Amino acid sequence: MSTVQSPVWLGAQRATLETSVATPSGRTPSVVAAVFAAQWREIARNRWVLAYAIVLLLLTEALFQMGGSGVRALTSLLNLVLLLVPLVTSVFGVVYWYAAREFTELLLAQPVARRRLWWGLYLGLVVPLVAAFSVGLTLPLVWHRALDAETVRLLALYLGVGAALTASFGAAALWIGVRQDDRLRGLGLMLGLWFSAALAYDGVVVWLATAFSDWPLERPMLFAMLANPVDLARTALVLRLDSAALMGYTGAVMARTLGGGPGLAVSALGLALWIAGPVWLAVRAFRRKDF
Amino acid sequence: MIPDMMAENVRLAARGVHKAFGAVRVLDGVRLALRAGRVTAVLGPNGSGKTTLNKVLLGLVRADAGAITLDGQVVTGTDAYRRRIGYMPQAPRFPDNLSPREVLTLMQSLRPAEPVDLDASIQRFDIGAYVDRPLGVCSGGQRQRVNAAVALLFSPDVLILDEPTAGLDPVASAALKDRIVHERAAGRAILVTSHVLSELDGLTDDVVLLLDGRVQYEGSVDALREQTGERSLERAVAALLRTERASVATGEAA
Repeated sequence: MSTVQSPVWLGAQRATLETSVATPSGRTPSVVAAVFAAQWREIARNRWVLAYAIVLLLLTEALFQMGGSGVRALTSLLNLVLLLVPLVTSVFGVVYWYAAREFTELLLAQPVARRRLWWGLYLGLVVPLVAAFSVGLTLPLVWHRALDAETVRLLALYLGVGAALTASFGAAALWIGVRQDDRLRGLGLMLGLWFSAALAYDGVVVWLATAFSDWPLERPMLFAMLANPVDLARTALVLRLDSAALMGYTGAVMARTLGGGPGLAVSALGLALWIAGPVWLAVRAFRRKDF
Repeated sequence: MIPDMMAENVRLAARGVHKAFGAVRVLDGVRLALRAGRVTAVLGPNGSGKTTLNKVLLGLVRADAGAITLDGQVVTGTDAYRRRIGYMPQAPRFPDNLSPREVLTLMQSLRPAEPVDLDASIQRFDIGAYVDRPLGVCSGGQRQRVNAAVALLFSPDVLILDEPTAGLDPVASAALKDRIVHERAAGRAILVTSHVLSELDGLTDDVVLLLDGRVQYEGSVDALREQTGERSLERAVAALLRTERASVATGEAA
């Protein structure tokens, strides 16, 4: 069986070829920006993304009409946002990956590094979804001139949390898409992930807390919250809303243990890790994949 | 440099390439050389390893062993060498909401150092009538023309064309074949895969026949015709396959 050249030889060849592709100005071509721009044009025109923005917009408008203030409308949207944002990102992300797979192969056949191409694809997926979410939540508050200081602070937190959930579940969708060639299985896995994080997790935690109620559970419950991005998102929002009734079990423990400010910081850090982890996994899988 | 790979104007070459997906061995010591100014047809039944070989040459699939060389330099595992390759995949699925112009512009921005005349390319492949229309509403033939325009947008030294005439009407198919002949005359090394052998008659200079991931025949079309006594490429390959099957059957019986 024939083998490749020695590492030293191969390294020298790589250096020669990579130098030869540099632009006359010496500037590295921005693959990420080019792919992102194309993805943005593609996804921003997608009818499902437009529908996502319109549904959120109509819901915010309806809740504003019923509640009469921006803070009330946003508070009422809490659980919907926590369910809908990960669900839409999961389904759209994984379906889009499979639909764009052949085109991704064509892009991979160009002289671009896989890591850069992945970032272009990822940002091109996540940014339009975040934009749709932001438009849906913000526009009704703008046209009702309900942007008082409290509403703006809460809206900013909602947009930040929505962006974090989209970034986390978007990366997870790309990771599962890369790892799983079977479309149905990939979609099933992603829906299972969403169901576990958004619906089943808190129930399991409450059941465990009840079963082990004689034990000191505050510390394990904090770790339990950190283990789920949807729980972290809920806690970050509810700490701001200061509404114990909406907190969920782990959020209540967090509020009692750490209080508002540190709790928010821990939630933000946890969400950042929940973006970094799936991104790392997805980039690694994308770089190693045989297409 | 690898001396034997520099022989006879070899541009892109595969050298002892092995690839297995799990327990399935797809490529088994494949050796291939694409020469400047020649069209090489990679032939074989479904599952023979043609598409995997294309993808190994492009770095989309990583070989378990063996090397890919460009002008004698090992390029396995690198990215930059692909600036010298144009690739036309079989039945591309372009993003529905992008227009042909946007796809060509994207490709252009991925290779900013290379001069491109976008308008000339649009004209050459006759896609002007729908160049700003979403690709989702274009026909299969129209998309295949965009596919060809993408592959030939730059002036690559090597062209890899996977079933290039699939889905094209006779006029577009003839125009694309003329373009391939033109590119060959310009000194490009061209690899074509197709299962419609009549499509390749008169177009191909060299033939590589893959069976079960192994190269069963490698040589010029003229040599193949001489060996089999058949004039048409289709009949010559059929005769070769009959011989191969007969020898396999004889081997199994023994």
